[in-house]
Amino acid sequence: MRTIGLLVLVGVAGCAGVRATQSPTPAQTASAPATTAAQDSFSAERAQYPSTYKRHPNPPVLIKNATIMTAAGQEIANGSILFKDGRIVAVGTSVTAPGDAVVVDGTAKYVTPGIIDVHSHMGVYAAPGTWAESDGNEAVRPNTADVWAEHSFWPQDPQIPLAIAGGVTTIEALPGSANLIGGRSAVLKLVPARTVQEMKFPHAPYGLKMACGENPKRVYGDRGGPQTRMGNMAGYRDAFIAAEAYRRRWDKWNAKHEGDPPERDLKEETLAEVLRGHILVENHCYRADEMAQMMDLGREFGFKIRSFHHAVEAYKIRDLLVANGTGATVWSDWWGFKEEAMDGIHENAALLDQAGVKINIHSDDAGVIQHMNQEAAKAMYYGIQAGIPVSRDHALRWITANPAWTLGIDSIVGTLEVGKMADVVLWSGDPFSVYSRAQQVYNDGWLVYDRNDPKHQPRTDFELGQEPLPGSDR
Amino acid sequence: MIAVMLAQTIALTGGTVYPVSGPKIEHATVVIQNGKITAVGADVTIPGDATRIDVSGKWVTPGLIDGLSNLGLSEIDAVDGTNEGSTGKDIASSFNVSEGLNPASTLIPIARIEGVTSALASPGGGLIGGQAVLIDLDGGTIEQMIDRSPAAMVMDLSEGAKHTGNGSRAGVSARLRQVFNDALEYSRRKADYNRAQMEALSAPAADLEALLPVLRGEVPVLVNVNRKSDILTALRVAKEYKLKMILAGASEGWEVASEIAAAGAPVLVAPMDNLPSYDGLGIRFGNASMLAKAGVKVGFYFSDSHNARDIRQQAGTAVSFGMTWDQALRAITLTPAEIFGVGEKYGSLDAGKVANVVVWSGDPFEFSTAVEHVYIRGHEIPLTSRQKELFERYKTVPPSY
Repeated sequence: MRTIGLLVLVGVAGCAGVRATQSPTPAQTASAPATTAAQDSFSAERAQYPSTYKRHPNPPVLIKNATIMTAAGQEIANGSILFKDGRIVAVGTSVTAPGDAVVVDGTAKYVTPGIIDVHSHMGVYAAPGTWAESDGNEAVRPNTADVWAEHSFWPQDPQIPLAIAGGVTTIEALPGSANLIGGRSAVLKLVPARTVQEMKFPHAPYGLKMACGENPKRVYGDRGGPQTRMGNMAGYRDAFIAAEAYRRRWDKWNAKHEGDPPERDLKEETLAEVLRGHILVENHCYRADEMAQMMDLGREFGFKIRSFHHAVEAYKIRDLLVANGTGATVWSDWWGFKEEAMDGIHENAALLDQAGVKINIHSDDAGVIQHMNQEAAKAMYYGIQAGIPVSRDHALRWITANPAWTLGIDSIVGTLEVGKMADVVLWSGDPFSVYSRAQQVYNDGWLVYDRNDPKHQPRTDFELGQEPLPGSDR
Repeated sequence: MIAVMLAQTIALTGGTVYPVSGPKIEHATVVIQNGKITAVGADVTIPGDATRIDVSGKWVTPGLIDGLSNLGLSEIDAVDGTNEGSTGKDIASSFNVSEGLNPASTLIPIARIEGVTSALASPGGGLIGGQAVLIDLDGGTIEQMIDRSPAAMVMDLSEGAKHTGNGSRAGVSARLRQVFNDALEYSRRKADYNRAQMEALSAPAADLEALLPVLRGEVPVLVNVNRKSDILTALRVAKEYKLKMILAGASEGWEVASEIAAAGAPVLVAPMDNLPSYDGLGIRFGNASMLAKAGVKVGFYFSDSHNARDIRQQAGTAVSFGMTWDQALRAITLTPAEIFGVGEKYGSLDAGKVANVVVWSGDPFEFSTAVEHVYIRGHEIPLTSRQKELFERYKTVPPSY
């Protein structure tokens, strides 16, 4: 995979946007470095809202006699998996456990990597869904590259434990799609926490939310534009032309550090990082012809769109996506809620997979995120029924290894391989069956959910005091 | 053409038949004649002129019914011109959605080729949204689609209707009682009303008139309601006016399951809904099974009609949260038929019933299962849709147009 470093490196003299040189290392706790606010330093050199994530202590765990689906090519019958200190230590048919390991009998059960959803609005559009929690769209101007989803994210969103119970261990929380350029995403470990910084996935690069089509032109059509799709395109181009100039100014200053640094501009800072390849573009886009336009935009400014989100027509241009190395992030079956979503088909994922497009199944919804395994199952079986071969391993990758790639964290999570972070789900049965439920969910080795043990069913602050309290089957 | 098709005799032989009205029958035959089921069983005499279809190893069930939808009434949510389910009025009891139905809707083939053969086409919005109709997902005209009209008078006592009661729940129920009282008063004094010898009533005559079959218990009331206290208010109103009431949504129904059971009110549930709002903080996956265990008659619906086909995923989810498989199948077949007063004609595989029949490759709730045959009123439905045509066109790219 490509090496993607921290966006802003603390301690490295320079500015916002100097690329990190070290590779992301699993479970390294991002400690906020103590750069003192000396008179001769300035804001761009200091920590920018760093992760304070810390692995929760948990004894070693051995799950044995289970079917282990690695998302790395193997489905091991009667297999075992051992993890310790947040790392997968062994996967195979005969694994010996250390004396202090908790042994879980996985007979008739299945084990998969933790699910990763690259498109969530949990926390930024939190339940109970009133105006007060509506923090996902800064719909005041079409380019809000300056906003960061993490600054809206509410860790007490009661939807979070529901997603955890569905086996989800990592999300990308995105701004909404009202704007051409919606702002930075937040890649988060889905664990109970007081602050978003405690959830921030260490070393994950940022994403940038962009949106095509109906939403921006609907929102801004009578508010100064864009009013049309050509207006949308002009808006992106204007923004990146400005960012090109900004990047040049800063790169020049970074090289010599002479005189006063250029003035910071949050919008340009983010877009310049896209141009440098440090921030990954996550592009809400439905129609095939628009996706082609957006890939041209990327070529004009020298960046690559990481993945098209929703992409209900991606199957129509799967050859263009392959050629561009851009992924597609799709639903199994959503369609028809607006005109640009009319051509969604069940076989979208399977056709893309067959063509070699890196695809993800995503939720965009706090309901769907609870059954991502079922959505992958639907997309897989609809493909098979239409005569498109889809392997179970690939279908599982759609919700694990592939989204890890999309987020630039695939060296850390997404498969059950030795050395990977212990994001592990134990299912009551085949995860592609409608009857199976997550029994246990481990995030970085921490048992964050156990269907049979109320002590491991986290509740948010919001849910306290409800009478009667919904049970584990909420 | 239609007459020719209806005249067909079809025998589905050798399958595992789930009649819903009784236990499953192995190696059974279902005979369809003139649009009706004429025989079901392991030991059935097959008419000589029957087209025999071997469905050995397949599962045969009644066609699925989506208990609450806007199928036929909406094409694209975001395009107003294609939406027919709402008048925008607070009290729209005389509004029957029938003539808004679009038999050419692309949603209809997409739903039926995955086993959904009937649905409640429901209005929404306001306090009394209007009259819902039960439709079969086949037919070239509105008349050919409709099974029962009206199938229910749709009302809303959830948070969403508060604006119709000046912003308070108590205002909503007070207004509803006022409308009912006025309908009764109107029916007693029609002559006076026509001579304009009455004070103004709370709704126009047509809307009051439309409520009379409801107040006589001939047409059920379908009430969207979620909060426990609102459910009890709905049941209270039902008792006061002797209404036949169906609860829909019922997020916190499990908290008052025994009260609902005692009132004899059936409940339509979307088993995959579990996101808390202030209208239903107690919402949970277990709702459907807990209501069923308390003796409540439970049917299912799916709020996204574009994916009415996912009603079987809803059913499977209910099973994974404790409902029995048989209960869940009943909740998308015979129970909604009974709720809407057509239990004698729809919802099970029994001689004399309308031949809405689906043949599946396996357990209908499982994702691995494919639909093999769909019959609506005995007519075999071609397994095509606009989406299937898109798929065929783009099997290779670029396509040959």
